Amino acid sequence: MSWTKEQMADEVINLFKENCSVNLGIGLPSLVAERLPANLNIMVHSENGILGVGERPTENEVSPTLINAGKETVTIIKGASFFDSSLSFGMIRGGHIDYSVLGGMEVDVLGNLANWMIPGKKVTGMGGAMDLVNGSKNVIVMMNHFTKKGIPKLKDRCDLPLTGACVVDIVVTDMGIFSPDKNKFKIIKLADGARGLDLGPVE
Amino acid sequence: MTKIYRNASEALNDLSSGMTLMSGGFGLCGIAENCIDAISLMDVKDLTVISNNIGNAGKGLVKILIQNKIKKAFCSYVGGNPDLEKLMLAGDIEVELVPQGTFSERIRAGGMGIRGFYTPTGFGTLIAEGKEIKVFDRPCILELPLRADFAIIKAQKGDPYGNLWFKEAARNFSPLMAMASDIAVVEVEELVELGDIPPEDIHLPGIFVQRIFQGKNYKNDIEYKKVKS
Repeated sequence: MSWTKEQMADEVINLFKENCSVNLGIGLPSLVAERLPANLNIMVHSENGILGVGERPTENEVSPTLINAGKETVTIIKGASFFDSSLSFGMIRGGHIDYSVLGGMEVDVLGNLANWMIPGKKVTGMGGAMDLVNGSKNVIVMMNHFTKKGIPKLKDRCDLPLTGACVVDIVVTDMGIFSPDKNKFKIIKLADGARGLDLGPVE
Repeated sequence: MTKIYRNASEALNDLSSGMTLMSGGFGLCGIAENCIDAISLMDVKDLTVISNNIGNAGKGLVKILIQNKIKKAFCSYVGGNPDLEKLMLAGDIEVELVPQGTFSERIRAGGMGIRGFYTPTGFGTLIAEGKEIKVFDRPCILELPLRADFAIIKAQKGDPYGNLWFKEAARNFSPLMAMASDIAVVEVEELVELGDIPPEDIHLPGIFVQRIFQGKNYKNDIEYKKVKS
């Protein structure tokens, strides 16, 4: 079996150290926020200006001015703070964020990441991703291993425009955990269902 | 001279075609709803707009985007704004996508008198093309400040001098944009007396604000309401 999204999120959480700060991107990484155990004392950073994001609000707690970077309603935990975007990205660029978890379209063996546009077809923009991959101490990409057409998203070289060059430390997919290692991906952990499949430049 | 105006159309009466406009807010959170509505009723065009999302989900700045009032846009994220993505892919609007941290720092620099700064963000990507590169501990690219003729800002509380207090995460780019514009127009949910906001709690000192008015009829739209299951 390949890993479910929930298993992927739990594998990401296993990579975190206690008392760290993490930024969680839009899409799959937002699942990490929902499964973070409170006893790890993790401060979740949201680049729109929150350090200390909490769980989803109850109906009564919903506030239009309390959203995460994915524009979803959230709460805050005790000890949280609010600030402007410049200070928020100072936390990122200045190397104060321990882990950044982002979605991905392609990652290659050099640790290049592409996740912000498909020329002529789709433009989402990079948002904070280019800052996050260059500033965070550890960059984790969380994505499905294969495209909808079944092509591995781990590649020798990214074809799509890059978000960052040589920035990815770890990739967590539904097939396992991998790290870019010059001319291949090193396997850190493999899902049971991955055996015998063509995962890309992995060994 | 008082900074207090009666409403958005009075505070924006001298905004004209071809000007550069900064607009605060992250998605629809903390946007200047009254000012955007007023601009949608004004006869202005060829605006250059600097805003993180240029509206979202058909709302906010999308109102003036689909009126073709925007000639050029600076923003960081288009996901969630299909109207802008469509115009971009068709080549009907000029868009400069700026990484969000560089975007906020370019605006901050514009307000702080910084003439340029080097950042590692974007090195080795399309963003670095044509820009000066300098190697410090690692290669960095030179980024230049952004300034505007007008900024439209929304704050929770403001006083007659223009001292501002923002609610929760609604602060985002707004104080930076007020600093980086010649005329910062601020609408507030609560126009309070001088001294009502404790000095220690002022998020933006009023020296950066030129015009302020009591806003009305706030929708405060939520893009994605997610509640505990």
